[in-house]
Amino acid sequence: MAEVHLWGALRPIVGGALSVSVEAKNIRELFKTLAEQYPAFEPHLQRGIAVSINGKIYRDTWDQALPADAEIYLLPRIPGG
Amino acid sequence: MPLDTNFTNQKFKQVGTRPLRPDGVDKVTGRAKYGADYNAPGQLIALVLRSPHAHAKIKKIDTSKAEKLAGVKAIITSADLPDLTAGDRGMRDILENCMARKKVLYDGHAVAAVAAIDQTTARKALKLIQVDYEMLPHVTDVDEALKPSAPVIHNDIFTEGVEPTPTKPSNNNKRASFGHGDIVQGFKDADVIVEHTYKTEQTHQGYIEPHACVANVSPDGQGELWVCTQGHFVYRNQCAALLGMDISKLRVTASEIGGGFGGKTHIWTEPLALALSRKANRPVKLTMTRDEVFRCSGPTSSTSIDMKIGAKKDGTITAAHGVLRYHGGAFPATWAEFGAMTAFACYDLKNVKSESIEVIVNRPKTAAYRAPSAPMAAFAVESAIDELAKKIGMDAVELRIKNAAKQGTQSSYGPVYGPIGIGATLEAAKNHAHMKAPLGKNQGRGMACGFWFNFGGQTCCDINVTPDGTVTVAVGTIDVGGSRASIGLMAAEELGLAYENVRVVIADTSSLGHNDMTDGSRGTFSTGMATIAAARNCIKVLCARAAKMWDIPEDAVVWEDGHAKPAGTNAGNFPPLSIKEIAAAAGNTGGPIAGHNELVADGAGVSFATHICDIEVDPETGRSTVKRYTVIQDAGKAIHPSYVEGQYQGGAAQGIGWALNEEYIYGKDGRLQNAGFLDYRIPVCSDLPFIDTMILEIPNPNHPYGVRGVGETSIVPPLAAIANAMSNAVGVRMTHIPMSPPRVLKAISNRKH
Repeated sequence: MAEVHLWGALRPIVGGALSVSVEAKNIRELFKTLAEQYPAFEPHLQRGIAVSINGKIYRDTWDQALPADAEIYLLPRIPGG
Repeated sequence: MPLDTNFTNQKFKQVGTRPLRPDGVDKVTGRAKYGADYNAPGQLIALVLRSPHAHAKIKKIDTSKAEKLAGVKAIITSADLPDLTAGDRGMRDILENCMARKKVLYDGHAVAAVAAIDQTTARKALKLIQVDYEMLPHVTDVDEALKPSAPVIHNDIFTEGVEPTPTKPSNNNKRASFGHGDIVQGFKDADVIVEHTYKTEQTHQGYIEPHACVANVSPDGQGELWVCTQGHFVYRNQCAALLGMDISKLRVTASEIGGGFGGKTHIWTEPLALALSRKANRPVKLTMTRDEVFRCSGPTSSTSIDMKIGAKKDGTITAAHGVLRYHGGAFPATWAEFGAMTAFACYDLKNVKSESIEVIVNRPKTAAYRAPSAPMAAFAVESAIDELAKKIGMDAVELRIKNAAKQGTQSSYGPVYGPIGIGATLEAAKNHAHMKAPLGKNQGRGMACGFWFNFGGQTCCDINVTPDGTVTVAVGTIDVGGSRASIGLMAAEELGLAYENVRVVIADTSSLGHNDMTDGSRGTFSTGMATIAAARNCIKVLCARAAKMWDIPEDAVVWEDGHAKPAGTNAGNFPPLSIKEIAAAAGNTGGPIAGHNELVADGAGVSFATHICDIEVDPETGRSTVKRYTVIQDAGKAIHPSYVEGQYQGGAAQGIGWALNEEYIYGKDGRLQNAGFLDYRIPVCSDLPFIDTMILEIPNPNHPYGVRGVGETSIVPPLAAIANAMSNAVGVRMTHIPMSPPRVLKAISNRKH
């Protein structure tokens, strides 16, 4: 069970909680489960969400494993100039 | 630790040297082809009719007279660009920005486009197009747009990120927040609190080359586009989607780029040129004028930021709170969110909260500008921290060192940091000769820190060994700042070749898999990773070919110093084979020799910088001159130090212009009043001092050589560093960017009274 921290824009989707517990072995499964449990996640996922796992930010590697007890943050997908 | 290459115990032969850039001769002799240098046989010239109003309904567009003009071959309006975006709001906004549909949303919004046999005819045709507008009230100011009395620009925008979702539409499309701890308690614990509202005006990236393209769509549905861009694959994908083309049918070739800085990450006129070409069945050339670049491409946001920071008398920051309002132009965006993420990232804070408010105004659609959104946030934070140091009576550098984030710090945006370089840049600044140099009359010194994320993205690379043993490297990331040289160095390093024997080219979109664009400081980082991996794959093939030539097992061959060598007891005793010898035999050992790699380069390391600035102010005119400027930044590993230094200097130069002069000025009519370089003045060489640089190398553990992106962070600290210098010079806190002479004079006058 991964504890997933949310930034402010996502918190209203889960009733204001700072984080949610999700059963997922990798990022793909995490997104799938979030979309199933909270359909309002869908537009955010379509726009793109990055995942920080133990401080390393993943934007595209959805196969990345979520290790047990990992620090996980969902973050906006950053643009660049 | 300037230029320390021992951090990973790697000994480089080529990486870290400073060979000439491969595109240098062409660029200084005029041979290089930029966007407007492309021409196609039989091409038409396209011009765009643009709205003179900030906000209006389009009641009718009559093109009949223009269509009858001799020499006009095609005219398009939004009717020629049906909405194929299938509910994708982001793509729909791109489509609507390229060509207005029911309403014009800003001064300069495209309403029609003409392709004719020459520019004179196209210009005449534009004058014959009649547009019947119904004027609507407009708003161009970021704070005014949030007032209940402001005209609502989109009636389908309901603020996202709040509970419950509002029932009335507004110009605030999204709210978000980041942070941790208890700021209420943190401010109670503070001995000193600084609180101000800071404003920054809208600026343009100021690239010298206007947007330009040549489009050629055949009746069989195949198309070509030659264009100046930071991302030809992304341009291809988006143009094909908007025009209903198969992506594979559209081949995009990128020109050399005369500056982008984020402004060429978005499509503007390219779909119009393609649609005109499709309609006219002729190649179409479309080049923006400078006026159009200012009015209709993508400048950065103007902002309004409330900042509050509290600290103990010993300098420990107890709480920090920012409310950041950024506009995205006439379309929903998330620029404030990125400002809120970066605002406090330099510091180790127990109690911190940053809130973002996205605002829609009647201005052009905002685009990225080098570390988008971070410079404005840093201006507010670093100004407040400087003032805090003054109130406490502590040195500004020492206060920052005391509170600097380090490995293990929980960042203000969430995750815990790995190895980072903010502390090292601050220590280097503290000990830099610049900090100790005497100041003259009417001069002030300031310093500030900055942060940017960097990212990697989708990337691929093909390395081909030619029959004479020299090598070509094909990549899909546009070279905006010398990356061909850096990629050449990395390929040469891996293969053991001389740099001169490697040629790096930017391949067209039909020659490589998808590559994300050159943004997010990803060019050298991600393409470097792909190149290193492709070179290692190429070496496997070279070793296999040598094994065939020696008739020994493949695993009995190793690659050292550009040669295959037998290894192991049963390998035999053969003299090393050079890449040249292996290449010459390739036809009889299995054919062409190549190495490929495709990857997603996640794991870009975050980047920090500290800048120092000396400024001199004429108290009678308010005119200021930057006398000395120093950039200290962590590069992870500088592959080609000259181009790293160039990125540092370029970011600082743009930041100086932003801080002191550059500003979009809108009239009461909502029209841009200074759409040209005479009235929107960017700094030229004579305005700038030599910008000194110091490269630090704190390795990024996620890159084989330790590379971090370097292109963007350098524009984050200048607004604040210069504002701190100016505030020290004139004796009053400067809270509004740009600090143009009238604003400086006003501040001096207010101080005297």
